[in-house]
This record gives sequence, structure tokens and C-alpha cells, in this order.
Amino acid sequence: MDLKLIPSAEPTPGERAALDGVLGTPASSWEGGARVAGVSGNTAAGGHDARGRRHLLLPALWALQEHIGWISPGGLNELCRRLTVPPADAFGVASFYGLLALEPRPPRVVHVCEDLACRCVGSEEIIEQLERHLGPEGELTDDGQATWLRSPCLGQCDRAPAAIVTISGDEPAELVQAPVTTDELLPVIAGAPPAAEPTTLPPQAGDAELRLLRRVGRADSLVAYEAAGGYSALRRALELGPEAVVAEVKASKLVGRGGAAFPTGVKWEAVASQPETTRYLVCNADESEPGTFKDRVLLERDPFAVIEAMTIAAYATGCGHGYVYLRGEYPQAHQALGRALAEARAAGYLGADVLGAGFAFEIEVRKGAGAYICGEETAIFNSIEGQRGEPRSKPPFPVQHGLFGKPTVINNVETLVNVLDVLLGSGDDYAALGTDGSSGSKLFCLSGCIERPGVYEVVFGETLGELIARAGGVPGGRQLQTVLLGGAAGGFVGPHELDLPLTFEGARAAGATLGSGVVMVLDDTVELLPFLQRIAAFFRDESCGQCVPCRVGTVRQEESLSRLVAGNARGGVVRELELMRELGQCMRDASICGLGQTASSAIESAINRLKVFEGTR
Amino acid sequence: MVLLWGSNARNAHPIFFHHLLKGVHAGARLYTIDPRRSESAQWADRWLGLDVGSDIALAHTMAREIIHAGLVDREFVDNATTGYEEFAAHVEPFTLAEGERRTGVPADVIRETAHAFATAKRAMICWTLGITEHMHGVDNVLSLINLALLTGHVGKWGSGLNPLRGQNNVQGGGDMGAIPNKLSGFQDIERDPEARARFEAAWGVPIRPHYGWHLTQMFHGMERGELRALYVIGENPARSEADVLRTRRLLSELDFLVVQDIVWTATAEYADVVLPGTASWCESEGTVTNSERRVQRVRKALDPPGDARDDMWIIAELARRLGFDWGSPTAEEVWDELRSLSPMHRGMRYDRLEELGGIQWPCPDEEHPGSPNLHSRLWARPVEGMLAPFSATPATGPFEELDAEYPIRLTTGRRLESYNTGAQTGLYRSPLHKGEFLDVSPEDAARMKLTDGEIVKVSSRRGSVEAPVRIDPGLRAGLTFMTFHFPEQVDVNQLTIDATDPKSGTAEFKATAIRVDKLVSPELTELAGATEPAAVGKAG
Repeated sequence: MDLKLIPSAEPTPGERAALDGVLGTPASSWEGGARVAGVSGNTAAGGHDARGRRHLLLPALWALQEHIGWISPGGLNELCRRLTVPPADAFGVASFYGLLALEPRPPRVVHVCEDLACRCVGSEEIIEQLERHLGPEGELTDDGQATWLRSPCLGQCDRAPAAIVTISGDEPAELVQAPVTTDELLPVIAGAPPAAEPTTLPPQAGDAELRLLRRVGRADSLVAYEAAGGYSALRRALELGPEAVVAEVKASKLVGRGGAAFPTGVKWEAVASQPETTRYLVCNADESEPGTFKDRVLLERDPFAVIEAMTIAAYATGCGHGYVYLRGEYPQAHQALGRALAEARAAGYLGADVLGAGFAFEIEVRKGAGAYICGEETAIFNSIEGQRGEPRSKPPFPVQHGLFGKPTVINNVETLVNVLDVLLGSGDDYAALGTDGSSGSKLFCLSGCIERPGVYEVVFGETLGELIARAGGVPGGRQLQTVLLGGAAGGFVGPHELDLPLTFEGARAAGATLGSGVVMVLDDTVELLPFLQRIAAFFRDESCGQCVPCRVGTVRQEESLSRLVAGNARGGVVRELELMRELGQCMRDASICGLGQTASSAIESAINRLKVFEGTR
Repeated sequence: MVLLWGSNARNAHPIFFHHLLKGVHAGARLYTIDPRRSESAQWADRWLGLDVGSDIALAHTMAREIIHAGLVDREFVDNATTGYEEFAAHVEPFTLAEGERRTGVPADVIRETAHAFATAKRAMICWTLGITEHMHGVDNVLSLINLALLTGHVGKWGSGLNPLRGQNNVQGGGDMGAIPNKLSGFQDIERDPEARARFEAAWGVPIRPHYGWHLTQMFHGMERGELRALYVIGENPARSEADVLRTRRLLSELDFLVVQDIVWTATAEYADVVLPGTASWCESEGTVTNSERRVQRVRKALDPPGDARDDMWIIAELARRLGFDWGSPTAEEVWDELRSLSPMHRGMRYDRLEELGGIQWPCPDEEHPGSPNLHSRLWARPVEGMLAPFSATPATGPFEELDAEYPIRLTTGRRLESYNTGAQTGLYRSPLHKGEFLDVSPEDAARMKLTDGEIVKVSSRRGSVEAPVRIDPGLRAGLTFMTFHFPEQVDVNQLTIDATDPKSGTAEFKATAIRVDKLVSPELTELAGATEPAAVGKAG
């Protein structure tokens, strides 16, 4: 079917085995494997069935990456033959993701975070030292068995500086090393076993007053989760019935915690009322906003809560199948979820008849592969479907036309976990918590120059200054320079704005955003201009390239910023700043998705609120 | 559901296939039946790789399975068809096991296909030359018709039997009477004296009440010395006929040969007179009729170059010089004369063709909207007109069997970027023109130690040519494939056999027995280390 396979690129037995692990063994020699003689070679199946498995493209690419270390033309060819996807198409998908390699890579790769939070605590020095010892990123070690690479935010900001070690082969491994030093990384690159993965808990862990974090670290097994009150919310939901569950969630005034703050109940109701009865639930666990790690903590240390909440959402909205789209850099969360899903399934909390209530629900984990844009809800759909993770134009909205073209509920991890609280009390109780415009409690990710970094849960209403004080403030007697609020897509606030209330309406009134809950503290030793340049580089790198304002705008923004930083402002600082504002306006007005619409916000806030270029010429 | 039988429409009918894919993407199941796992077959939900020439055995096996599984549309069969009992008895020996033995297709796959076809809400069978370019081509078609009659998949929207036409106006050529046994509008010359009389009255000349000769019979006539002069319009038999060496000898022995074409052809080399005509899609007025019987207007956009003349002018001028003054009729006047003589075209005034965007025949009067479904009459109770007969076709294989001397099957066909003998497609440069190849299966290539690009000698009982090898994983062991797009590079039709279907006169281009010989012994090749691919013949 015009597959235009790559000429004479054949898979190795290892690549075949890796693919068979995901796709099963080929039904006939025409769909892969060795050719067979005789009558059985005179037929082939494919067509709709083969094309219907396109959603296995990314898992199969991952299998090649993990077992072989890279995606070779032979491996790609075989995968394409199996799924009847043209290699040019599959190449487009594979090359979309930062964690997938289309050039040979050694079995051992160390990914060193160079992003915002890690910069605050010395990742630049680590990278300089690695360059000195090993050469530039991508350079092979003398034995050819390892290399190191720079990486965007790994979501380990509370344990910064961070790195991830990936080891490909028969027993692939992916291990977080955080916090880490050059002296620890060098032996690992040389072949020594990596250190044990971190197990730190949030600073507030153990506080019985908490709502979202109260089970964290105490619910790693199903027994422990049940002992901590787990699955009582699902039982309550089954008593209430789907419509009443939706009504409670509406009454709670719960809004999405991923950054967009859309009312959850309204979304659920819209899906529940669709005439199409094949519906999907997607849990957005692709938190990739630099400085965000709240969902990771829930997924790693309270995975059953996520599963229970998804089950409730599916029950309320009539979804039979759910996906957790998990960012690729979260190996511990992947393992924790995998274990929890198996336990939940074995105990009848998932499957053909959940708790004997006559309702079927199953959850699959889909692992992202290093693409910030895949946190965008429609980009997730494309990614799960085996396409490039490019956002779709809206409308149609996911509630009507989402995953596989079906009505889809997509909620952030933290949003879902809030639902447990809503159902254990009532919607009205929940709505009474917090402020009029922001109900419930919220997780904030404190990182950077802060005494006790980590995820903090606060009831809406606390001020920024109070939260920073809760986390011990700036260490070492240094001065607070600024706070990046809401992540790279958020904005900077100055030291004189610490009375800003951490509510949706409070942030809005101050011209800021809570975004995904990032509170990254920069003290006076952090050089702000390189920090801004890193933000510009991040967006240039992560723009999916689909729409022109963002594809071109993020490049021009980075160039413009570089000129300003280098003192080469074109036509003077004032005109250069005008140009940058105009670029930002263009991206806000005309980009398809939130990435382009917010790609200039942090940099513009530094210009406008922090006046970083005031007085420069 | 679409059964694409003996057709690589993806390459040979790309526009049609584009429409078919729309159906596939909307959920239609596609089954392809082809000895090659062709580009079309790769789109299919199921490919049935039958042995060349075993189509009737496959159709019979499917028919028997449909009968035994109780999937026959009894109401339709009882009311609209004849000969069912005889047919059922005729296919009785074709058990699934027998079908597998005769066709090479696994029994369970034949069963699955038969059930899918019979139980589909709507199903159509589309075919092309893989069905008709056989010595038993007509029987092949009749066998497919049997399947449609058994299941009632005919005369209904979304169902039916569709021979895919190779040109925009193959159908129109037949409609207009450019076939030896029919007058315009498929009125039989021998069996319909009334029609003949109408034509005689309109034309003012007597019409001999006998069928003329089809192409193959003409060449037989030349061989016997009975046909001495030939007028060839838009055809290139010196390249396209099977056993082409014989064809060229016969053309060169004619007393007089006229060739009328828009390009210089190999046949023109033999001509006494060459008349440059016009490109019918842009240099002349008229109509064409496509595969779905839709008559559409064609308008002149350009004056023909140089001394080229309108084909209609040429014909009228020839008539004048032969002593008949037809005047200088316009295309519309000729069309209106046709309408007066052909009942199925009667309602198709030019302005109606324009207004309705073409009309599907039959269209018997000027109020008639045309007929989207040709055989819908079979669903009237009682049926209007003749009942549809089942045909107990004999399941015979290809004429030329494989033997020790010629052990390999060659089948011929088309590639996407070229058209027939390349008379037109060879005129322009294209990176897709890669020249002629002998496509061989990986198994045969390994057995004969052939490498990609290596030039080999390909021989049949009629001739031999040299061609580069191309290893095609879409072929099974024992099967090879060539086209006739590049006759100046590789004259493939020197190999093919002119065993023809007695009813259609079409030669068995699809089944030739060949042998393949290395030009250099394998030992020498290895000694010389000659692993580089040999130069490919220059394209067109």
C-alpha cells in the first residue's frame, strides 16, 4: 500500500523480538517475519485491522529504543510493515520525540537536566565538568558504551540537580539520579551501577490535615491504600449513580489543575450527554512544565488514588477505557502505576465488572517520549493514536471529538485526585473550602533557591510570601530576586509582590497565572538573563512547528533576546523591545495552542515587571 | 465490501482506486484476488494469492461454499435467474479442499471470503485484465457473474459487477459500434434485422448481415492472405499484440496500411500513409463514456498542431474521396444521428448532457434521468425482460502449461507511471520511468543466484529478450512479472502467447511459460566479483 519501505533495511532478530513483544507475533510472513513457502504464504491479512493498530506505534518505537538503544532503519521498516504505516510517516513520529534516537546510541546514556530549577542549584557547573572530562554532549566514551546528553526539565526540581540514566538491552533500565554531583555521574557513565533512586517525601508528609497529600508514602500497596481509606470514594460513587456523581463534582466548583482551570463538572457533564457511547478517559500525566513535579509525587507515592479517581470519572461519564498518558521521564511513576494497576485489576477494582457493579473499565499506561507539547490535551490524543504529537484545532472540543474521534474526558492527575475528596464529603463542602473563585486546595511545586523544596498543599487563599516562608524562604541569608510563578509558560513576580494571593482570581488580578503551580524562587545570585535565554531556547525547542506564529515566533524571540543580552539591540533597545512585544502579541493571537500563546509570557513579564532591560542601551 | 479481482487498480486505475480508497477509509472491506501481492493487495483486508489462471476454480469453490452454508439469496435466484440447479450441480465437486488444491489459496481463506461476500450488506466485484486477458476470459467473467447472482449483489446501489475500463472512453467505443458484431447502441448485426433496416434506411447503404472480424481474427485473415489492407486508428499493434514478432511480419506483408494517430508509433513505421489526428480530450468536440456508462461532453480547447486534422474531418474526407459526400457534419449532428438510431442514447441531447453533468445509459427519452443501476430490472417482480442465466463454466487453467523446459510463469501488467506500449508515456521524461524489469520473487532469485539489476535472458517458446532483474517481495516462488511499457528496451510481447479467447478474441497476456537464464555463469560472476547492478536501460 505504497508503504515505500526503506530499501534493503532488514531488522535484526533482536529488533523483531522487541517488536513482537508489543505487537505479538506476525500472523503471516507478509506482515513481518520470515517468508514461508507453500499454501499458507498465499494469503495475507491487513487492511483495517493493521491500520487499526496504529496506536501501538509509539509503544513499539519505545520497545526498539529500550531494547536496541535506537530506532534503526531495519527496525523502523519492520514496524511499518507490521502496522502498514509508511516509514516516512513513522519517521516523522519518531523524530518528533526527544527521547527517541534515530541515530545509533550507545547502551548507556546519561541525560543531565539543564533546565530552570536545576540551573538555580548548579547544573551548569555539572555540565561544564562533563564537557571537560568527556567532551561535548553526544560524544562517546572511550569504550563506546556510553554518552551524556543535555535534557530539558526532568521534573525532579525538588531534588535538583537531576539526571536520568537509561540503559538499553535485554533488561532495559531507566534510573533517576537526584540530587546528583559530577563525581557521582562520572563513574556511572564509565559503567558503574547507578545509585539508588530517590525516595524523598514532600515536606508536609504525615500531616493528617492534608487532603491531597495525606496518603503520600503510606499507600504504596493496595492493602495500605485501603487501610488509609482508599476506594471508599468509588463505593460512594457507585451508590450515588453516575448523574449524582457529576452533580457533586459540579457543585464542588472544582476546576482543572493542569493550568487552564476549566470546570471539571461541566466537562464531565458534556461527555456524559454525548449520543456516542464509545467514550474515552485520558489522565493527563504528561506534566512537562519546567518546575512542575506535583503529579509525579502523586503518581509515585499514591498511585491507587489516581486509579480510583479515574474509575470514578469513567463511571460518571460512561467511559469504558482509560489511558494514563505519562511523561517519559518518570520511570518511578511508571513502575508504581504498573504495579498498582495489576493489584487493582486482580482485586476487581478494574476489569469487566468493577466491584460487581456491572460497569466495565480498564486503564492503559501510555508513555510519552520527551515532548513538552504532549501536555496539550489534543496533542495527547494524537500521540496516543500514533501520530506526531501536534495539537488539533478546536473546535471540535475533546468532549465531542477527542481520542480516536470519540467523546473524551481529559483531566490532569491532581484534578482527578481532588474528586476523591469531593465524593468523601460533598460538593458543597468542597466548594466551601478556599475562596469564592477558587475552591479546594492546591498543590504548589517549590523549587530553586528555597530552603525546603518540594510539593506543598495549601488551601486556596494563602499568599505567595506565606508559601515561601512555609518552605523556609531563601537559604543562606541571600536576597530574593524574583519568583517564576506558573512555570516557563507563567511569569515572573518581583520581591515587592509577595502579598499576591495564590488563587486563580488573585493571580489574574495581578496579571499573573498559577499555571501548573510552579513557584520557582530565584535569589540574587542567579543571573537572570541566561535564565531568560534558557526559557526562550526551551520554547524554540519544544514548539511542534505545526503553526507558523509559534514555529517562527519562538525562533525570532530567542534571536531578539540574544541581541538584547549581547548589547546588539537592532535599532536600539526600545525598538527591539517593541519587536519582542509584537512577536508575543502575534503568538498569543494566532497560535493554535497554549504553547505558542504563552511562549512569550515569562520573558515579557521579566521585561515589563522586572524591567530587566531598563537602562540598557 | 469490494472484491477486487485480477486488478492492480492502485497502479493501473489510480483515479478509480482513489475513489475506492474513500470507501475503504469509510469502512468498506477490501478483498483482492491476484497472484501478486500488488500495491492494491497491500491495501486489502485480505489478499488471496491464487495461482495464475485458477480464477474459475476459485469462483466455483466460493459458490459451492455459499450454497452449502445456506447463504444463497433464494428469493433473487428463484425470481430473477435461470439455470441455478444445473450450476449448483456443476460446482458441487469444488469443495474447499479441492479449491485449495486447484488455486493455491488456503481453504479457510476461501471460506472466509465467500462468507464475507455473501453476508455483506452491499458487495461489488471489480475486475480488469487479470480476468479478461486469458484464453477463458469470457468464462472468467461469467463465473464472477455467477457469484453476484447467487448472492443478489447486482442491480442495487453499492453492489454489482464492474469491469474497470482502461481508458476514458473504452466503453464509448463499444457503445458507438466500434466492435465487429454490434451496431451503435449494442444492436446485433446478425440477430436484429429491424435495427439493421433502420441503419440502412438512415445511411442509405446496405449492411451485410454478418459479424465482422475482431483484432485477432483480422491477423488470422492476414495470415491467410484474405485481409490485405488495414486502417489503424489510435492503436499500436506492432508493440501491443501477443507474439509480436508474428504481428510485425503480418503488418509488413500487407498491401496497404494506414495509421491515424496523434503520435508516431512503431506501427506507423510499417504504414504507407500516416494521418495525424487530434487528441480527443482537448482538440476535438464530442462525447466520451466512462466505466459507469456515463456519457459526458468533451470540448475543444486547442487547435491541433501542424497538419493534424480533426478525426471526424479525416473520416468525412476519406468518404468523399471514396465517393460518398457526408458534408462536414458537426460533432452534435453526428451525435443526433446516433440518438435517432440508438434507443439507449435517445434522450441524451447535448444540452441535457451539459445540464446533468453527463447521463448514464440507458436513457430512452428526453425526460429520462439516466440509469445509475443497469440491472435494477432484475429486482422488479416479475422481472422486466430476460432472466439472468447462471453459467456452468469449465474450470480450465492457462493454455500454456509449465514444463521442465519453461518452468516459470510470466504474467504481464502495468505500472503506475506508464501506459500500455509507452507510445505516449514514453514521450516525456519522468523520474518514475525506471525501464523494464523482470520482477522475480526473492525465492527464485536466491535459487537462481540472481541479483537486483542483473541482466538475464528471458525465453518463451516464441522468442527471447534480455531484461534486468528486480527482486519483488510481492511475488511468490515460480511467478514473474513484466510490463510492455518499454518495448524499445525490452520487447516483452515477443514472449507472450496469442492463444485467444474464442469469444472475446483477447489473448492470454496473463499466462506465459518462460525460462530465465543467466547471461554469465554464476561461477564467472563470482570470480569477477560482479556484484554491481548492471546498467538499467534508458527510460523512454
